[in-house]
Amino acid sequence: MSSQPPPRKQIVRMRVNGRWREDAVADHALLVDYLRETAGLTGTKTGCDGGECGACAVLVDGVAVPSCITLAARCDGHSVETIEGMAQGGRLHRLQKAFHEQLGAQCGFCTPGMIMAAEALLRKNPKPTEAEIRSALSGNLCRCTGYVKIVKAVQIAAEAGS
Amino acid sequence: MTRPIHDFRLLRPQSVDAVIEARSMHENSRIVAGGTDLIVNLRRGIGRPSVLISLDGVEEIGQTFVSPDGARIGSGVTIAAVLADRELAAKFPALAAAAMTIAGPSHRNLATVGGNLCLDTRCIYYNQSEWWRASNGYCLKHRGEVCHVAPQGDRCHAVFSGDLAPALLVHGAEVELAGSGGRRRMPLADLYREDGRAHLTLADDEILVGVHLKHESLRSGYAKVRTRKAMDFPLAGVAVALDGNVGALRALRVALTGTNSCPVLLQGTDELLGKPVDEALLKSIDKLVQRQAQPVRTTLASANYRRLAAAGLARRLTDSLATGNASVS
Ligand SMILES: Cc1cc2nc3c(=O)[nH]c(=O)nc-3n(C[C@H](O)[C@H](O)[C@H](O)COP(=O)(O)OP(=O)(O)OC[C@H]3O[C@@H](n4cnc5c(N)ncnc54)[C@H](O)[C@@H]3O)c2cc1C
Ligand code: SF4
Ligand code: FES
Ligand code: FES
Repeated sequence: MSSQPPPRKQIVRMRVNGRWREDAVADHALLVDYLRETAGLTGTKTGCDGGECGACAVLVDGVAVPSCITLAARCDGHSVETIEGMAQGGRLHRLQKAFHEQLGAQCGFCTPGMIMAAEALLRKNPKPTEAEIRSALSGNLCRCTGYVKIVKAVQIAAEAGS
Repeated sequence: MTRPIHDFRLLRPQSVDAVIEARSMHENSRIVAGGTDLIVNLRRGIGRPSVLISLDGVEEIGQTFVSPDGARIGSGVTIAAVLADRELAAKFPALAAAAMTIAGPSHRNLATVGGNLCLDTRCIYYNQSEWWRASNGYCLKHRGEVCHVAPQGDRCHAVFSGDLAPALLVHGAEVELAGSGGRRRMPLADLYREDGRAHLTLADDEILVGVHLKHESLRSGYAKVRTRKAMDFPLAGVAVALDGNVGALRALRVALTGTNSCPVLLQGTDELLGKPVDEALLKSIDKLVQRQAQPVRTTLASANYRRLAAAGLARRLTDSLATGNASVS
């Protein structure tokens, strides 16, 4: 609405996929919008109207958070990792490879969130049981796969080691 | 882009005093801790605070101290940190059991103890998009005139659904509050009132700074029923703490969530002390729960189902804790 003053912005410094950046960010901006619109990293998805589906999961300081209910300004000074940071030197990350090979992705919309949630798990617990994998992914919805192949992909990735 | 939240200013004070000062200076402000409840509501157009005061920079409230006598948990401690604290889980088993059932793993990294205790009440007519609520003429709790659940009445029956409160109530928790008038401590039960529109007794400029627990060597547990087991609010949640065995109970406390507009510490359990844990005692607990749980149709599941489920969980938990099989969760 044109009658409203422009939103207040602050300079936010964030380490995104290993590289520090500085942007003017509105106080009310969500992390997911900052990543997709400002940083141009559209791998992170929004699948619901807030907090229910896990499609937007990214890592903040190494732990998974739903970026659709996280304010971008609160990540000032912190490290954020998205799906785009997973492949290194043109080589797929072991989770990406396993999701691809085990058919853990169908439409692929939930996959970035699934992979980030799985990555958070493997960093804490490199050899998880099936129950631990299912529990770590319990906040991530998939409408396509039925989960069996997702769990399998995480198991295969864990076996492959880092 | 996601539908933007209304424009607001975000303040990130570094101390409890600075939070309270900011609260007094900005009338239309709200506290945000993990944001896993508040930001969801703001995204749905519920409330339009012009200022959000974030607690994430306040060091004092971010730590837990456990001693042989008890524990002090800062209101800013995350649910993930509660779960990672083995000492806390050993002394207060119901707390860890309840924490494990809160939201999903990624929410628990943000969600705090304070936010969980101050969680807004919930209702199928309230936790909906702006569009949905507008087409329904809103409701008494926010912007509207009528309660769609009980249209004849003049109160809101939205339900308190936090999982930690009952677990803390059965362990006799006290809360520490800070406001412009100073600090005060009171039993956790006194933080609440049975009113879905105003279920917290906090003054406008008051915040929760921490929770105090005394170690009493009670066996305890928490169990809840929910629509979706992977991640969901309780349709009914029950915590039980007791001392004694099947021969006779020396202490018994039962608390409920998901049934009323505030968590309920069951009254009348003292009369059951000294008695053996048999069918008659379990029936008495069942009766007490059914009388004091007052669910109304704020969820898709029927109110009667929630009342019966609460009673069933209370019986089962009491039985399993008394017989020493505390694995019910
Ligand atoms: C998909 C989903 C599932 C969920 N499932 C559950 C569940 O099963 N069980 C459950 O209990 N919760 C659940 N939640 C709700 C929420 O994640 C938790 O209750 C969480 O603990 C809230 O804490 P927070 O720090 O994120 O609160 P916030 O959103 O930051 O705050 C919640 C409210 O408390 C107030 N507040 C926060 N801290 C203080 C303080 N120190 N003093 C005074 N007021 C304060 C805020 O102003 C706000 O009104 C769920 C949420 C989502 C999105
Ligand atoms: S109980 Fe009634 S007033 Fe309260 S949120 Fe539900 S419909 Fe609205
Ligand atoms: S988009 Fe964040 S949880 Fe659904
Ligand atoms: S692959 Fe389509 S939602 Fe998971």
